[in-house]
Amino acid sequence: MYAQEVKSTGQGVKSLDEMEPDERAFQEKINADVKIEPKDWMPEGYRKTLIRQISQHAHSEIVGQLPEGNWITRAPTLERKAILLAKVQDEAGHGLYLYCAAETLGVSRDQMTEQLLSGKAKYSSIFNYPTLTWADIGAIGWLVDGAAIMNQVPLQRCSYGPYSRAMIRVCKEESFHQRQGYDIMMKLCEGAPEQKDMAQDALNRWWQPSLMMFGPPDGDSVHSAQSMAWGIKQNTNDELRQKFVDETVPQAEYLGLTVPDPDVKWNEARGHYDFGELDWDEFYEVLKGNGPCNKERLGARQKAWTDGAWFREGLMAHAKKRDARKMAAE
Amino acid sequence: MSNEWPLWEVFIRGQHGLSHRHVGSLHAPDQEIAIKNARDVYTRRNEGVSIWVVQSKDIAASSPGDKEPLYEPSNSKVYRHPTFFDIPDEVGKM
Amino acid sequence: MAGDTDKLVCELALRMGDNALILGQRVSAWCGHAPVLEEDIALANVALDLIGQTKLWLGLAAELGAGDNADDVAFLRDARGFRNSLLVEQPNGDYGHTLMRQFLFDAWHYPMLQGLKESADIRIAEIAEKSAKEAAYHLERSSDFVVRLGDGSDESHDRMQAALNALYPFAGELTAPDETDEALAAAGLAPDLNVLRQQYDDYVSRIFAEATLTVPEGAVRKGGKAGLHTEEMGYILADMQWLQRAYPGATW
Repeated sequence: MYAQEVKSTGQGVKSLDEMEPDERAFQEKINADVKIEPKDWMPEGYRKTLIRQISQHAHSEIVGQLPEGNWITRAPTLERKAILLAKVQDEAGHGLYLYCAAETLGVSRDQMTEQLLSGKAKYSSIFNYPTLTWADIGAIGWLVDGAAIMNQVPLQRCSYGPYSRAMIRVCKEESFHQRQGYDIMMKLCEGAPEQKDMAQDALNRWWQPSLMMFGPPDGDSVHSAQSMAWGIKQNTNDELRQKFVDETVPQAEYLGLTVPDPDVKWNEARGHYDFGELDWDEFYEVLKGNGPCNKERLGARQKAWTDGAWFREGLMAHAKKRDARKMAAE
Repeated sequence: MSNEWPLWEVFIRGQHGLSHRHVGSLHAPDQEIAIKNARDVYTRRNEGVSIWVVQSKDIAASSPGDKEPLYEPSNSKVYRHPTFFDIPDEVGKM
Repeated sequence: MAGDTDKLVCELALRMGDNALILGQRVSAWCGHAPVLEEDIALANVALDLIGQTKLWLGLAAELGAGDNADDVAFLRDARGFRNSLLVEQPNGDYGHTLMRQFLFDAWHYPMLQGLKESADIRIAEIAEKSAKEAAYHLERSSDFVVRLGDGSDESHDRMQAALNALYPFAGELTAPDETDEALAAAGLAPDLNVLRQQYDDYVSRIFAEATLTVPEGAVRKGGKAGLHTEEMGYILADMQWLQRAYPGATW
């Protein structure tokens, strides 16, 4: 999802009997729903997997500011402007909480930033698609935040304390994000024909990328089993994707919009909506850096970081001067 | 990078006469900015709260405890609350 | 003379609202691009405050005949109808320009709102009451940064001095009274800008001294209060009003 391609480092899931005492105690804690805290013993693979997952999640929040942020100055009313600004601000805040959670595992924010800016670290593929019209802001809130929430709610129960606590705060703050998106879509669908067309066009473009946010199909996802045993992941990609489709299709119907997949239909026997194959080649291409906006997104983050260096350094220089003056005065 | 802003732990006392509690961390170049950043990040600038900040490296810790962060978003920004948006019942939960 | 008073109050509401709107618009463009995450969040708070204030001021202007509602006033006027100072429409530049522009504005905005809390018009006083708290915090923050970056590294000092040189000529307009300002002060609706200018000059000189920055010489550039803007204004409106103009009468 926001961490779509996390490779876990474990070599297959061990049984309790195969574990050394430390690891066994660790696994028993997880099995008993006791949180793992920064100073507790943990397997190196658990620590590394968490760093990758939390930092990818954080990077996604940070890069995720950009597609919506570019509509703040063009929002059509003062109220919409304020709401969008508050929402994008929340994303920065969520990135911050997540970086802090990762920092408890012994990596600094600057190191993580460096990994993002060098292209080494990944972030969610969804943010490499462009926001072309105002309806895209509605579609992102409704679909992208909807998918994100579906993934983040179970992460509140993640075995790692700082991550779990960050997710609790994130979920609490994020609950308005999906609603504001749907609210934009409702207004467009109740509006002039051109507005409704705009909404349909946005749904057409964001539907597939949103379903891909849950990551590759379970069969191709090599790391799920260990992450689930470690309590870092609670549901499989396909489970969450199905849940998302089941909730979203009726929401599209209510809007009078058509989901851009002819295979979507209710399957009475399964008690779920069926849906068509997704274009996974596109997914891997976007992940590799060949999506429509990869270069722009990374470029914007690199520019912000590079252009801001003098500001960060200037403040540190002042802090050092002041400390020195204080020392001299004492 | 040696010039990274230090990490600070943030403790906030809300309006209800409780003691300060740990709400999270952030980076800042000095303590005044750390307090301002804490206000901006962790209270979205709610008035009437008391904030403590301390550099993370100055905290001596025994073994980790379980603290659940909790806070109220700024009361004046009503659109931050999901109920601000009217979603028809037919649409289902959101 | 209720009609004349309303006209004055409307003009004041447009000036206050347009300053908040255009500065909020400028500041909000940083969202996602600030030098550090904490600043992204803090700056968004400033922009949110300013847009919130815009709604109140332009709402009042609309009540007094400037348009159907605050949105119409914001999104359907052309550049000549805007009453903001030239300072707030200046480009974001580097982060130093943005902070310096904010500081030069806040140093006027806060005492102005403090004065407006005493306005003979209750509607003005109420908006000022709410906004002054926010402006007080903005001023604290921007003053902190001007001092720290002015007296920081060589590079941060030079950048802040360059920002001050570029922006200071636009600051004078905020405290230079025109006929409307004089009429507002005479009617007890707004503070006397001649008094406010003393406070302003004292405060900014103190901060600049602490920041080791030198106030440049040069003529004051003004015109915003009369709707005579810099060329920047047209581009700001093209961006801000585009959807409203492309889909006339649509509800969003």
